[in-house]
Amino acid sequence: MQLTVWTYEGPPHVGALRIATAMQGVHYVLHAPQGDTYADLLFTMIERRPTRPPVSYTTFAARDLGGNTAEAFKRTARDAVARYAPQALLVGASCTGELIQDDPGGLARALGLSIPVIPLELSAYQRKENWGAAETFYQLVRTLVEPVLPSPATPRPPRAPGVAPSCNILGPAALGFRHRDDLVEVRRLLDALGIRVNVVAPEGATPADLTRLPDADFNVVLYPEIASTAAAWLTRRAGQPATTTIPIGIGATREFVEEVARLAGVDPAPVLARLAGLPPRRSAGAAPLAPAHARLPWYSRSVDSTYLTGKRVFIFGDATHAIAAARMASEEFGFTVVGLGTYAREFARDVRAAAARYGLEALITDDYLEVEAKIAELHPELVLGTQMERHTAKRLGVPCAVISAPMHVQDFPARYAPQMGIEGANVIFDTWVHPLMMGLEEHLLTLFREDFEFHEAPSHLGAAARAPGAEAERAAESFAPSAATTASAPPDAAPSLPPSAAAAVSLTPPVAPAPASSDTLSWSSEAELELKKIPFFVRGKARRNTERYAREHGLALITVEDLYDAKAHFSR
Amino acid sequence: MSDLPGVIGVNLSTSDTASAPPPAPATPSRCVEIHHERGQHQVFCGLTGIIWLHRKIQDAFFLVVGSRTCAHLMQSAAGVMIFAEPRFGTAIIEDRDLAGLADAHRELDRVVTRLLERRPDIRMLFLVGSCPSEVIKLDLARAAERLSATFSPRVRVVDYTGSGLETSFTQGEDACLAALVPSLPATTDTTPSLLVVGTLADVVEDQFRRQFAALGIARVDFFPPRRSTELPAVGPATRFLLAQPFLRDTAQALERRGATHLPAPFPLGAEGTRGWLQAAADAFAVSPATFTAATAAAQDRAERALAHYRPQLAGKRVFLFPDSQLEPVLARFLARELGMTLVEVGTPFLHRAHLAADLALLEALPTTTRLTEGQDVDAQLDRCRAARPDLVVCGLGLANPLEAEGLTTKWSIELVFSPIHGFDQAGDLAELFARPLLRRQRLAL
Repeated sequence: MQLTVWTYEGPPHVGALRIATAMQGVHYVLHAPQGDTYADLLFTMIERRPTRPPVSYTTFAARDLGGNTAEAFKRTARDAVARYAPQALLVGASCTGELIQDDPGGLARALGLSIPVIPLELSAYQRKENWGAAETFYQLVRTLVEPVLPSPATPRPPRAPGVAPSCNILGPAALGFRHRDDLVEVRRLLDALGIRVNVVAPEGATPADLTRLPDADFNVVLYPEIASTAAAWLTRRAGQPATTTIPIGIGATREFVEEVARLAGVDPAPVLARLAGLPPRRSAGAAPLAPAHARLPWYSRSVDSTYLTGKRVFIFGDATHAIAAARMASEEFGFTVVGLGTYAREFARDVRAAAARYGLEALITDDYLEVEAKIAELHPELVLGTQMERHTAKRLGVPCAVISAPMHVQDFPARYAPQMGIEGANVIFDTWVHPLMMGLEEHLLTLFREDFEFHEAPSHLGAAARAPGAEAERAAESFAPSAATTASAPPDAAPSLPPSAAAAVSLTPPVAPAPASSDTLSWSSEAELELKKIPFFVRGKARRNTERYAREHGLALITVEDLYDAKAHFSR
Repeated sequence: MSDLPGVIGVNLSTSDTASAPPPAPATPSRCVEIHHERGQHQVFCGLTGIIWLHRKIQDAFFLVVGSRTCAHLMQSAAGVMIFAEPRFGTAIIEDRDLAGLADAHRELDRVVTRLLERRPDIRMLFLVGSCPSEVIKLDLARAAERLSATFSPRVRVVDYTGSGLETSFTQGEDACLAALVPSLPATTDTTPSLLVVGTLADVVEDQFRRQFAALGIARVDFFPPRRSTELPAVGPATRFLLAQPFLRDTAQALERRGATHLPAPFPLGAEGTRGWLQAAADAFAVSPATFTAATAAAQDRAERALAHYRPQLAGKRVFLFPDSQLEPVLARFLARELGMTLVEVGTPFLHRAHLAADLALLEALPTTTRLTEGQDVDAQLDRCRAARPDLVVCGLGLANPLEAEGLTTKWSIELVFSPIHGFDQAGDLAELFARPLLRRQRLAL
């Protein structure tokens, strides 16, 4: 048993629902009790889809458990097929349905339906949402494509001369982080390269479309969490290569363009020009609506961005977005990546390898309290995470931008806001920079801390972040009980608590006062005043460090001099 | 999965209970047609009640013993990220628990011990059963007994089920409160006291407290209390009013403790609130003059607030999907106090005895009310589309799709999460129904 207060991923049948909902002409019959129908609101409320997800729940009750549940399943499946006339039927069970072992696959086959039936075995007590999505997509592709393929030994015929190269785009699904807009952006890149898009799946695809997947020359995999299993099978069985680069960020988009150009046998140069480092000079007669050009490279080199240099950033999310964010943060913003992690255990190896590039050990966990403890310990200046890290960061008074699922209604913005491709890089530049204080603003706050109009916790994160200044400070203190860094000290100066201990601290109610740390120690009033000049979110640590220093040096009264001695001591 | 025919009239002269099938009416009722429906239910399970219960009882923690789905339901339905420290969590059953590799009870002890170590402020722990824990027959009653012995006297451990196999949505609160009733201290005091049963918003509770004081009813307790250490005493002199229509088991448990139920309409709207307070006044022999003096001003305020919304709502046709069991009461309010026309009133479960007064008021309407108990969501959606009502009251899964079809909707869950009881909330309650219509008018889209 695992104690969970909040989870990054839903159960695997929600992953299956994300595939069914993305597609057209598919219906999912789910053997599940009343209550599991809550999943509909993920799509109708969070994503604001205007139609109900294509799922029929059996909603069996206790009185059915005696033996009517199998009959209820058959009736639900028959009714669903009659009412919705799908081209293919997914059948499976939620966690409770799995326990009653009715075998939805067998029951559905026994109905003798005239459409393909795809049984899903999703191991609800072991697996999670993304795995469920990947498995469902794979089962759909395999079931529908296998019958139309030639025997495995048949080599793939070369593309006929004069036929434009083509690809499939695999991965965009319902309830995906910016999938809607990424798809548009990636299509733009492929269009500009002269590569035809054969099928996009699962989003918008019908089962009939899936049978056309083998017609393309190769597959573009946008979200490995969802599409890698199916793509690997297509490579193996249909001889279609698949892309491995995720086009998030300028560098990665450049490599993506080169990769697809190579797979398609086309020239990448025209598209690469748009990713160049300097803005094109306006020449007389240039079209006013020239194709989108990457602004990130120039904005990042522009001198106003120097204040971004070395900002310490903590990154957590699904594997695809976390790895991409780390690369962008490091190479395209000039940040220092101080932490990198993921909740996607299936991709732990990739994230560990990425973290190693920044000299870090990846944080692989699905316990948000562990992530919270890590953020508190590292004291980053920017957090790039999920909605949960946004919440954590807000509490700690650290700026944050959201880079990954799990989805929140705010992650479906009305405006066009891709993460991938050229415009994606532009969007990310704005998204990450706006929460930060601009250079001069930051200097002024530091120079004139006494200004009565400056709040206790100067921030433009909004009133919520700064209103309970004292409380936030207390929280900051209690969240990082022994991390020993001041604003300028390197993080490795800090002996840190084991995560469990830190989490235990954070689980106490936030209103609990910080444990009294000074037994025999006292602070001179001047030193207390000086301490107030230290930014509030690191003040707690500064206090603790100073007290530790004082104890180690046998001091009873802490003076201003001691405060600075401690600062020098810990920033070695 | 068809609508079972069988129009059963409500016989209000009998005191039928939900456990026994209603006796055939002597004269078929004209004005309330009750239909029973089975099929796909589009209703939350009882776990969802934790979302308000964990805020109501400030020193209680709700530990769901369930699956990842349970945890996901809770956070999706509640948007719990807004709470820094929710006082609920899920002990997720894993493969090794099912395969017998881990002893589920030992695992549960470990999880609870860790939890209580981390939360020294917790005085009451609810072990909440779920669909998976019911199916694998995990004995939470035994676990609660064992853990209570371990953590007593600091923490009391109580179990109940919020499983969707047994409970729908608000029935979770019923199960929770019913499980608490045996823990209520006993009293042999012969002076009658009043107990108000069912979660109310704190502000409403305070209003009612003042109102009962004005009526001269001195001894009033609310259940559930705001702190688990303040459980009200119960005994033969206890008279209880239900504040919510979904508390069948709790009421029975209280009756077993000797308490007496005061039948009344539910306190939604001016009429309902008046009838509800009147029931208390009658039981405590409050004089008509005192009653009028104590309630006239508030009732007048309620009437004035409702008058403001009546022109916007009168004559509008409303269709209520089943959700919280509040639907028949809301229907009575909408039809009688705001002049709306009831197309269909769905409810997951109809407790005829507790709703007798409200049903009688529906009976008195000149038009027939179609009440549907249970649900077959596809068939119900067909009826709703065919009827094209002016306003649809429904759950979160259905609202946007119906809006996209051009219908105007009101999320029913908001009715459970807003202070709507009492005279001073009657206008607010009307406003919740007027707002979607008003919004439609405002938007030039």
